[in-house]
Amino acid sequence: MADERGPVVDDEPPMRMREQIVLQVGGRLLTPFILLFALYVQFHGDFGPGGGFQAGVLFAAALVLFGLLFGVDRVQQVIPVSVSEVMIAVGVLLYAGVGVTTLLLGSAFLDYDALSAEHGQHWGILLVEAGVGIAVAATMTRLYYAFGSLHPDSEPAAGEHGE
Amino acid sequence: MAAAEATAAAAAPLPVRDLAVVELGPLPLEVLLLALLGLTAVVILRTRELFPAALLTGVFSLINAGLFTLMDGVDVAFTEAAVGAGISTVLFLGALSMMDRSERQRPPRWRALLAVVLTGAALIYGTFDMPSYGDPQAPVHRHIAPQYLAGAEAVHIPNVVTVVLASYRGYDTLGETVVVLTAGVGVVILLGGRRRRRSAGVGSTIEAGGRDGG
Repeated sequence: MADERGPVVDDEPPMRMREQIVLQVGGRLLTPFILLFALYVQFHGDFGPGGGFQAGVLFAAALVLFGLLFGVDRVQQVIPVSVSEVMIAVGVLLYAGVGVTTLLLGSAFLDYDALSAEHGQHWGILLVEAGVGIAVAATMTRLYYAFGSLHPDSEPAAGEHGE
Repeated sequence: MAAAEATAAAAAPLPVRDLAVVELGPLPLEVLLLALLGLTAVVILRTRELFPAALLTGVFSLINAGLFTLMDGVDVAFTEAAVGAGISTVLFLGALSMMDRSERQRPPRWRALLAVVLTGAALIYGTFDMPSYGDPQAPVHRHIAPQYLAGAEAVHIPNVVTVVLASYRGYDTLGETVVVLTAGVGVVILLGGRRRRRSAGVGSTIEAGGRDGG
């Protein structure tokens, strides 16, 4: 399909980031640090700005950056579409599961003090923030798959054409 | 500093322990950012090319994040920078690849303009009744906020925003997470995966349309 389109003769700058060596090297260097920063924001949310929502978006942003530079199919080798869809539900279920657990422990829904007398709030907040982070990261990644798969620049590998 | 202490002293029964320095009146940097924000908004409205418009919405969010940072809303600023300037710009560009690159010229709609101006004027008129920024006597600082601050201190979690978000307002945040889930499910249903669109032949039509529009 890429051959059928022929050379791009638009006046618009064509979005062919996959051919930009500087962007590719820079993106390849940045991606692990963005992922690490996302984890820092996730687990440091009790102490500094940030939390599950921001961390999830940052995590997805690293995947999107990589996908823009190297193609969405390379990202899907790491996190397949089905995994991203399941993880959205896993995040929400983890959050709600903490609430159900506190219910079963004989306390109110999402009353973290039931988890542990001393550290209940810490554990509860850590778990629900993890749920938020997983749900947001998976949703953003899935949104990018939905849009990125239609992008002319991200043609699937040759093997997928027959379907 | 002295003015801030005087203000704090005037708020006699205030249970908050230490107030941040209350700057009365906007700083020059805030004025500059607000002016830039307005300018960006006008340019977004005026431009007919959608590619620069999509990028400018990212600039708009970044300036907004700077403003939030100046107003000590670092958590909000963080979200604005990550979502507004980052992901949503990329999603805009992704959506752009499915449509024409420029907006069609339309005759100005005067009644719509009138409605927008009236609504905006009413909102600005409403802000005159709001307490001034950083006022320690504002109801929001005297109602439940002291309780939140004391609670966060009791459980030794320095970031009060996280405590309010994940513990005091756990229900709300659970609801927000479900909203995110709903958004994801909606996009999967509407746009679906690559395979269905390919087999329906819609993908190639869209690509052709996008190139013609350029």
